Amino acid sequence: MSILVGKDTKVITQGITGATGLFHAKGALDYGTQMVGGVTPGKGGTNVDITLENGSTVSLPVFNTVVEAVKATGATASVIYVPPAFAADSIMEAVDAELDLVICITEGIPVLDMVKVSRYMEGRKTRLIGPNCPGVITPGECKIGIMPGYIHTKGHVGVVSRSGTLTYEAVHQLTTRGIGQSSAVGIGGDPVKGSEFIDILNLFNEDPDTYAVIMIGEIGGSAEEEAAEWVKANMTKPVVGFIGGATAPEGKRMGHAGAIISGGKGTAAEKIATLEACGIKVAPTPSDMGSTLVTVLEEKGLLEKCKTH
Amino acid sequence: MNIHEYQGKEVLKQYGVVVPEGKVAFSVDEAVEAAKALGTPVVVVKAQIHAGGRGKAGGVKVAKGLDEVRTYASEILGKVLVTHQTGPEGKEVKRLLIEQGCDIKKEYYVGVVVDRGTGRIVMMASEEGGTEIEEVAAHSPEKIFKEVVDPAVGLQVFQARKLAYAINIPNELVGKAAKFMLALYRAFEEKDCSIAEINPLVVTGDGNVMALDAKLNFDSNALYRHKDILELRDLEEEDEKEIEASKFDLSYIALDGNIGCMVNGAGLAMATMDIIKYYGGDPANFLDVGGGATTEKVTEAFKIILSDEKVKGIFVNIFGGIMKCDVIANGVVEAAKQIGLDRPLVVRLEGTNVELGKKILNESGLNIVAADSMADGAQKIVALVK
Repeated sequence: MSILVGKDTKVITQGITGATGLFHAKGALDYGTQMVGGVTPGKGGTNVDITLENGSTVSLPVFNTVVEAVKATGATASVIYVPPAFAADSIMEAVDAELDLVICITEGIPVLDMVKVSRYMEGRKTRLIGPNCPGVITPGECKIGIMPGYIHTKGHVGVVSRSGTLTYEAVHQLTTRGIGQSSAVGIGGDPVKGSEFIDILNLFNEDPDTYAVIMIGEIGGSAEEEAAEWVKANMTKPVVGFIGGATAPEGKRMGHAGAIISGGKGTAAEKIATLEACGIKVAPTPSDMGSTLVTVLEEKGLLEKCKTH
Repeated sequence: MNIHEYQGKEVLKQYGVVVPEGKVAFSVDEAVEAAKALGTPVVVVKAQIHAGGRGKAGGVKVAKGLDEVRTYASEILGKVLVTHQTGPEGKEVKRLLIEQGCDIKKEYYVGVVVDRGTGRIVMMASEEGGTEIEEVAAHSPEKIFKEVVDPAVGLQVFQARKLAYAINIPNELVGKAAKFMLALYRAFEEKDCSIAEINPLVVTGDGNVMALDAKLNFDSNALYRHKDILELRDLEEEDEKEIEASKFDLSYIALDGNIGCMVNGAGLAMATMDIIKYYGGDPANFLDVGGGATTEKVTEAFKIILSDEKVKGIFVNIFGGIMKCDVIANGVVEAAKQIGLDRPLVVRLEGTNVELGKKILNESGLNIVAADSMADGAQKIVALVK
């Protein structure tokens, strides 16, 4: 078990004929993901041939619309590598096609486009991850996104993060300590996005194969604080955390009025205090994410169960 | 992206937001000319810099007559203003806004932002105009009223009216205030603002509702569709190294410390600053080279870091995903060769092609200290710059 994606997940790539889309479609196939097709308006009816690392070639059908692609391939998930100016439209197209899961990797989408997307998604079934995120991976089964697959190991610790490279950092620290991951989810660093920490924590909480979770946040907004309160009230599994940006100058990242709307919340110090108060042990430095988790697993008697070798 | 007050007012005017008559001046003579053209008995001379708190720093003066305009203009132009937003080095005033004085009855606050929590545009208003809105939020949050906007229909008249009544705009001016708010919302939405703050919004003796100050910030992701806004960028208000970095699509923010940082990914870049500080050092910058950097881009990033004289050492921290370690290594070697590496350099590489990257660095003949982890690297560079 795992969350969001697994060995049976069929995926299409929106923007598959672009350099980025093609590069990562290959990466996904190399990892063993069931990548079944792609969408590029105007290129429908063609195929892209992808030569894998093992020498074999996969020919993926390209469609003009997501609806067509879903109908022909039975895909339930899509990943978006469309340029920022067109990405919001691509998300809405995937939502309209009633996919279960849409993962948007694209960085640099205008915030007000995402405000519209988030309104459009209300009352619809699709779950959105991102934008501006590394994607989702269930080690050994399915990789959708831009993360380096080889640093991951199959196991029982869930990882959820607002930052891409910090996710890799955490995963690497776990793997080198012999602790595998159930799934790793990058929710993305944009202010208006699809899934939030709570959505993913909820999934990890319900996943019988996840025994503990690492949550990696950063300054700005109040999603970490809300997640911490949720963890305190609902989570049955240990959670450790890290908050990036303790030394980031205020105002450079956050504007004047932006700090206000969240009622003065948003600094690293405040977030760390809230996490600790809610029973989430926070790693003092980004180098200590793995060791902090190990300490907590030991305390809870879960370390042996989480060791993969 | 930030713009000047006078530019913000021009943008708002296009949408029907009422602003005082005014003109920009780049010299004392231009300032006097502008005041003459306005023809009002009282004019306000306002320093134009990209920072708040100008009034307190002596950057805003009320002039009665052209002689006073001349005096104040020559006093403020060229002056270095130090406010709570400029940092201790302050900012030199190169432009003035010469504006008609108005008969202020009362000051209010109106602001528009995107709220992360709801994923919606929110308009905020308060009766406590003129003062720092953070202070109001801290001491009397009940005095700040908010309306969440449904993007499907935009800000509605009833919402604007609600805000106007809530902040006690005089009854006979509620209609004008609502109109003002609707126009402000339209400007925010159509121009892809990230912040639009009117502090103060004033009602005047002659029954007007107008923006006495205007602070507009724009979403840099959306500038591609607003060429008119992009033209308002004032490079003189920005850090030289930040401008240079933006040319190469590098995300760079200058800081006060002496350890230059080059990292991939914003989260890891912030965390790298944190860990340097944790071990007693002080980062000189935030620098995210991004996911798809080329050797050339890395070289430029390196040059920018080295051009900062405060920098006493450099810490390169890379977790290669799409970004391959050999590309980073080549960039570092290339830059060091081009400019000559005269300061300690600690490199921590992890991820895709890490062995190849390490090999390139080892064989370069450069004096590079290798680190096994972020913590190891941070400790090493902190020790080296001491």
